[in-house]
Amino acid sequence: MTAATYSDGSEPFEFRMLFYDKRYRSITLQIITIVLFMLAVAWLVDNVVQNFRDLGKDFSFGFLFQPASYDINQTLIEYTSRSPHWKAAVVGILNTLLIAFLGCIAATIVGVLIGVARLSQNWLVSRFMTVYIEGFRNVPVLLWILLMSTIFATALPSPRQAPQLLGGALVPTNRGFYLPAFEWGAGSLPLVIIFLLSIVAIIVFRRWARTRQQETGEILPVFWISLALFFLPSLIAFFLLGRPIGLEFAELKGFNYQGGLYVRNSFMALWLALSLYTAAFIAENVRAGIQAISKGQTEASYSLGLPPSRTMNLVILPQALRIIIPPLISQYLNLTKNSSLAIAVGYMDITGTLGGITLNQTGREMECLLLVMGFYLIVSLLISGVMNVYNSAVALKER
Amino acid sequence: MSDTHSQANQSIHYVAQSMLPEQPAPLSTSGPVAWMRENLFANWRDTILTVIFGAAILAIIVNLLPWLFLDAVFYADDIRQCRELGEGACFAVVTSRFDQLIFGFYPGHLYWRPILTFVLMLLAFAPVLHDNLPRKLLWFTAVFPLLAYWLLWGGSIWGPILIVAMVAVCFVVFRLLVTAINPTLSALATFVVAVAWLMFVQGPWTDGLSAIANVGLEPVESAKFGGFLITFVIGVTGIVGSLPLGILLALGRKSDMPVVKMICVGFIEFIRGVPLITLLFVASTLLNYFLPPGTSFDLILRVLIMVTLFASAYMAEVIRGGLAALPRGQYEAADALGLNYWQGTQLIILPQALKISIPGIVNTFIGLFKDTTLVSIVGILDPIGIMQPIRSTSEWNGIIWELPIFIGLVFFVACFVMSRYSMYFERKLDTGHRS
Repeated sequence: MTAATYSDGSEPFEFRMLFYDKRYRSITLQIITIVLFMLAVAWLVDNVVQNFRDLGKDFSFGFLFQPASYDINQTLIEYTSRSPHWKAAVVGILNTLLIAFLGCIAATIVGVLIGVARLSQNWLVSRFMTVYIEGFRNVPVLLWILLMSTIFATALPSPRQAPQLLGGALVPTNRGFYLPAFEWGAGSLPLVIIFLLSIVAIIVFRRWARTRQQETGEILPVFWISLALFFLPSLIAFFLLGRPIGLEFAELKGFNYQGGLYVRNSFMALWLALSLYTAAFIAENVRAGIQAISKGQTEASYSLGLPPSRTMNLVILPQALRIIIPPLISQYLNLTKNSSLAIAVGYMDITGTLGGITLNQTGREMECLLLVMGFYLIVSLLISGVMNVYNSAVALKER
Repeated sequence: MSDTHSQANQSIHYVAQSMLPEQPAPLSTSGPVAWMRENLFANWRDTILTVIFGAAILAIIVNLLPWLFLDAVFYADDIRQCRELGEGACFAVVTSRFDQLIFGFYPGHLYWRPILTFVLMLLAFAPVLHDNLPRKLLWFTAVFPLLAYWLLWGGSIWGPILIVAMVAVCFVVFRLLVTAINPTLSALATFVVAVAWLMFVQGPWTDGLSAIANVGLEPVESAKFGGFLITFVIGVTGIVGSLPLGILLALGRKSDMPVVKMICVGFIEFIRGVPLITLLFVASTLLNYFLPPGTSFDLILRVLIMVTLFASAYMAEVIRGGLAALPRGQYEAADALGLNYWQGTQLIILPQALKISIPGIVNTFIGLFKDTTLVSIVGILDPIGIMQPIRSTSEWNGIIWELPIFIGLVFFVACFVMSRYSMYFERKLDTGHRS
């Protein structure tokens, strides 16, 4: 075509160079894009302004300071129906974070166990785990959540007939689960401090043991000493201080249980379903991570004379973790976002309070949904920020 | 040699005259016994695990099998009759409400339309999934979305035909202009033509042509859609729509142009950062604010748009991974051959990048298909949305397991087939050399 002539940048500027000359073309395209984008945004905003004017609405966050006038069944902070809407939102946020945090822990534990078991030499075990993984992965999580909640609500016995499992430590009823609660007596503060100090001691000790090993080559039984440091000081202090921390069990009084820690069925169903569902994905990540480490690494480690446990700890795991952790964190992110399905079982998370009842009561869809989305965006960006820091920390250092 | 041997053998009697027949390998190294020794009872730890898991599996089977099959009731009028007829599961709820679970409230005498659409869908997907079918079938694939829309929603046939006409006109305009002026300007012009057609031609001409010759099907409104019909409508639309959008977004994110890149990154990160359910809330409560006053289109269409946008952001990230995995030399080779951006992308970059990202793409499809269940929360009667009303009717009050088992099974089969197909596809495309 005519455009295929060589130019040294000295010829006079012509209009058609905006489209044919590589130097200007990208700028032209970007300007066109910006103009189209701005036009689209202006059109949308104009529509919103027009629609708001027609409906006599305004855009303000003032409603957040009016009384919410609805109750929330599970609150981590003090909240009554007279509290303002923003407090209801905070209750929702804390509930979201609670389910996400506990869900991530449970999903990691179950997922790692299943992922490792999937690689078992035992045919029966590995097949069983495959069935678990495929079964959970291929069925929508919403179905799991609803199924769990239905089972808990209808198949569990009423409080009067409920079995007391583990010596009364776990009582499943159709109203919820009763667990023992901590009783903080006098002298529990020193005990907690001692416990925290022993954890600091473990970290310090492990550092010291490592430098010592690097200097002298002597290997200490780090695991057993850490274990002892973890339990012994706290246990000794526990009995010396006269058992300041006790467990309060739930007791059957009349038709219902009193005391202890009451966990609602909605929470339990959501937590179990999310954990088991996400665990199936984590298991696949773990399996893929371990399988990605070539067999040569194990053999090289053996030929260096390292025993199997050290091979796992020093050679395989550090490499496998580099592969496992990024998808693991994105699974955490998925779990956090999936926790918004709480609305299906009536667990009051941020979507249920701010994006649900507050939205319906005040009719401020725009403001409420902006805040809810903003919250999830911040959480996602924080988590992916953490992931990026981790990735750059463990990335292969190549010359 | 053989001669001397035979002569020697006659005289030496302790040398065997004939070969011994082949013996089967000892039982301990082959056959089921050896397999069990190797895979089930390799050492004492394995043995314990086998016993524990074997007992657990046996217990599950023994307890579940009678309930699930032997004592199950498949035909009954309500749950009380069910309980009288058998101890086991009451699958009668599935059989008696089967139509609702599959079609929702779609008019009964029109069931042939969704069924025909489903069959045609398989036909439309066939040339995409199997490359040894005649390529001409792809034309049917291209027309299928409009055909499906017309079959499912009914109405005048002139609307879809005019859309086909619009695509043809746009194609002609683009072809004429691309040689006369340049690609960028002609793309813009084509876009303008399409918008003008939709705004000024589509509506009036449809009405006009319908007035002349009223050819069409009985219209069915969206509110009547439900059950797995809606799952498939949303899932398939999302899958088909999100792939091209995702490719464009991924290319935009890799673009050298900062503005394009910023817009794409902003869109992708926003969509991926929020849960689908909040986007569905936006679709159900907020989307009308963003449209000119007076326009309102039905919930299912709004949900379709949101789901497609949602999936396209995830798709973009998967494809970006594939683009990033290509060695730099491929991009440079495309430049060195003198190909322009679109030629290089179409002929060299995308075929390789898409191949690398097949597992991720199919995973996104599976995720999208499962996520369609979320529409039940904004009041669309997909299988899960229809499950609760059925359970609360007086006939079936008290049913727990049967409906989730049936719905879960359908989802399981669909998702499992998709994931197996991706594995097969991956193997087929594997050229044997990595990167």
